[in-house]
Amino acid sequence: MIVEIGHFALALALGVAVVQSLVPLWGVARHDRALASVGSAAAVTCFLLVALAFAALVTSYVRSDFSVENVVANSHSTQPLIYKLTSVWGNHEGSMLLWVLILTLFGALVALSRRSLPLRLRAGTLAAQGMVTVAFLAFTLLTSNPFRRLVPAPPEGQDLNPILQDLGLAIHPPLLYVGYVGFSITYAFAVAALIDGRIDAVWARAVRPWTLLAWVFLTLGIAMGSYWAYYELGWGGWWFWDPVENASLMPWLAGTALIHSTVVMEKRDALKVWTILLAILTFSLSLLGTFIVRSGVLTSVHSFATDPARGLFILMILVFFVGGSLALFAWRAPLLRQGGLFAPVSREGALVVNNVFIATACATVFIGTLYPLVLEMVTGDKISVGPPFFNATFIPVLVPLLLVLPLGQSLAWKRGDLLGAAQRSLAAFGLGILVALATIAMTWGGPVLAPLGIGLGVFLVAGAAFDLGERISSRASGWPAIWSRAKGLPRSAWGTALAHAGVGLSVIGIAAVAWSTEAIGVLKPGERLTSGRYTVVLESVMPRTGPNFRAEVARFQVFSGNRELKPVEAAKRVYLARNMPTTEAGIRTDGLSQAYVALGEPQDDGGIAVRLYDKPLILLIWIGAIVMSLGGALSLTDRRFRLATPRRVKAQPVAAPQPAE
Amino acid sequence: MLIWIIFAVMTGVSVFALLWPLGRGRSLAFADVGDATSLYRAQLGEIDRDLARRLIGPVEAEAARAEAARRLLRASGDDAAPAGETESSLRRRRASSALALSCVPLLALLVYGAYGSPAKPDQPLAARLQADPSRQDFALALARIETHLAANPSDGKGWSVIAPVYMRLNRHDDAATAFAAAIRHGEASAQAYAGLGEARALAAGGVVTAAARESFAGALRVDPKNARARFFLAIGQEQDGDAPGAIASLRALLDESAADAPWTQTVRQRLARLEAETNAGGIAALPPAEQQAAIRGMVEGLSARLKAGGGTLPEWMRLIRSQAILGDKAAARESLALARERLSQEATAAAALDALAGELALKETAP
Repeated sequence: MIVEIGHFALALALGVAVVQSLVPLWGVARHDRALASVGSAAAVTCFLLVALAFAALVTSYVRSDFSVENVVANSHSTQPLIYKLTSVWGNHEGSMLLWVLILTLFGALVALSRRSLPLRLRAGTLAAQGMVTVAFLAFTLLTSNPFRRLVPAPPEGQDLNPILQDLGLAIHPPLLYVGYVGFSITYAFAVAALIDGRIDAVWARAVRPWTLLAWVFLTLGIAMGSYWAYYELGWGGWWFWDPVENASLMPWLAGTALIHSTVVMEKRDALKVWTILLAILTFSLSLLGTFIVRSGVLTSVHSFATDPARGLFILMILVFFVGGSLALFAWRAPLLRQGGLFAPVSREGALVVNNVFIATACATVFIGTLYPLVLEMVTGDKISVGPPFFNATFIPVLVPLLLVLPLGQSLAWKRGDLLGAAQRSLAAFGLGILVALATIAMTWGGPVLAPLGIGLGVFLVAGAAFDLGERISSRASGWPAIWSRAKGLPRSAWGTALAHAGVGLSVIGIAAVAWSTEAIGVLKPGERLTSGRYTVVLESVMPRTGPNFRAEVARFQVFSGNRELKPVEAAKRVYLARNMPTTEAGIRTDGLSQAYVALGEPQDDGGIAVRLYDKPLILLIWIGAIVMSLGGALSLTDRRFRLATPRRVKAQPVAAPQPAE
Repeated sequence: MLIWIIFAVMTGVSVFALLWPLGRGRSLAFADVGDATSLYRAQLGEIDRDLARRLIGPVEAEAARAEAARRLLRASGDDAAPAGETESSLRRRRASSALALSCVPLLALLVYGAYGSPAKPDQPLAARLQADPSRQDFALALARIETHLAANPSDGKGWSVIAPVYMRLNRHDDAATAFAAAIRHGEASAQAYAGLGEARALAAGGVVTAAARESFAGALRVDPKNARARFFLAIGQEQDGDAPGAIASLRALLDESAADAPWTQTVRQRLARLEAETNAGGIAALPPAEQQAAIRGMVEGLSARLKAGGGTLPEWMRLIRSQAILGDKAAARESLALARERLSQEATAAAALDALAGELALKETAP
């Protein structure tokens, strides 16, 4: 009965979402407050209904109810509880439900944030969000229904794809979805603004927290996915320029540009049209990612659905929302009031530079991802656009951006002093050069560009730190004054510095990849293998039985030079239900570096193939991403988003009632 | 029934939640102007703070203040909304209520009606396992053994229990795996080896492969009299083209086994077919008269066997056709009648026999 209640709740949510997408819009058009406030009620109701449906599906998974087709296909009674839970979104239907759940959660949050959003904007946004919800609810119910029943119930499920049975995968999709779906809210805000024909600093201020929230989660989600690929796929790569990864990178880039352009809009009332376009494009790219992943045009770990009907449905959703919003944009954008002009050398000018570069970078990824797909569709030729393309196009666009980043962040609003900014960044630049030179000296004969990358990273981190220091200590004398200024600095300034420093850390980690080394050998117990700074000694190989898998576990002693680190275990598992092998890499963290051991095939002579990598400073890649997210989160707590909540003003009797319509 | 009550309550609550804001008395105008004012006031404060922190120059700050003020003026001039309850606002509310009241239940019923299964109860695994074992379905019992074996893969006894079950379910690959596991874990009986061979042969579509042969040989090492292994090895000989050898092996098997052993029937049939085929090969070489006699003998043999009992539709049809071709119409009619009687249970038999009778012009006298 629980299953059916969940199913019915989902169907009800569809009806509620239809009301949510129509009535508030009417209210906005007719200035009717009662109608407009239906949006909030509908959004909250819709969320509760979808949450009920989701809870029902989770219950079915936890109880191994094999009368539900979706549970049979993706679960197994011997799975540990945590993987029974993650199986819910480890498949197409369940992940669609999670997608809709997060969509409606965001809708409900907007509905409940009464104090920070003017009602008109809130109603328009909820209506647009309601339309997106209708589309995805209909898609879920009609083509990907997770509540389909199977009678008689089979005795056992087919288990979740083993490489998804991992804690990283437990967290990665929800984080990513919060990111993707979060951008649906900025999209809804943009559509609401276009329909209403009003866009101003109020709009920018209202959108900014949502953009930041989505961006923070998307950053974490991508980083988590990358770390998962690094340790689960067993060959130590952390980014593959795989179309599915690019599908998440594109909205991230567009979202990054959006965060920066909303600042300009909020502070200076400029870049309005561009910001609206970015908001639309960011979510469009999220939808495109969904289409690529779920339409079956690709095959990868991520592609669940190969049903052409689903692909067609998503394509229709894509065309409707992207085409519809762009048409609306073309129609209404000329009506928007343009903001003020500004000098090229200023904080806002720097942010425009940022937007131009990031948009270009996003375009290169877009071309590199879609060109092969389109070519294959048109001519049937399969070409592979891999790392060489992206290294040759993406990085040259990004490097100049990173080089001017510290300059831009120390420029003042309206009219900056380029020379002053250059002087302020000089110290950081010098430090970067110094570190680069020192690295070249220490690794003479090694990679050529990598030390420059390290220098760039140091420049970014130092630039962020020095800029912060400058703001705190200028004109202040004595520690108490500095302390009070530090406290007085808005959190968004801290957030900016932190996020930019995070970029620097990631750049250092990525540059250091050039020094990673790999060694392959066949080891018997007692034998050793050395790669870079690390040496492993195979202690023993033993079988082990897990709840739903069997494993061959190899235990290694790890040495860095003469220093012994904690031992590490690497394993090859075979999941019984699908008879599928996975590798579990053994990773020993040593400061910011890692020794990475992966097992290969056992050999006839009793040895086992072992690959050992030395990954210097690799952790910085993800630490950088986490620091970036922290910066975003810190900005999110900025006073202005709390204070800016316009105090509710009792509606004054407004002058001149219009003649009745 | 209960479930429909629950659905009704859910629908009612949802619709009520939508109607509630519509019914809440006075229709207020938007408070946008107030919102805008407080925002710009905050913005002016921010400009002051930025100025104090030297994030913005004094001249620029002045300009920014002026800009903010202009925006404020624009915002307050923008919007003049009607207030109070008018007739049209009442009408709008009624229309919205009607939409919520109709759209939500209708859409939900339509979609759920098309895809839902309200009559199907939940079937959590724990509850199914606790159910009375006699009512438990066979598949579930099998699954329990499988789960047990997945956890205790060295239980040879368990493997030897489940392997024949797989054979019966025609899951030959699983059966081969299970027999092999049983052999590995201390159940290396002749039956297990022979079963492994049979599973391998059936998995290969009935061909006694080298791997299957190896298993049968293993069975004979443990028990040289193992009938299954000898039978399949004979079939292997036949598949190699050594028909006489196969016949000799099967005869030896028949001679050595007890008359009431369960496999004698199968062996005998196989032997008969083999001999018939071998003979058919030989008949072509005989002079015409003897050829005719030999064929007659074979047909009579078949006739006698079918009259004694058993016989499938193809066998009956072969007999009737042979008798008709040999010119013995009376015998053919007799066989036809007998076949109709014997095969009355089979749905397709009557039609097939009618067609055959028409083809061979064996018009029966009406019964």
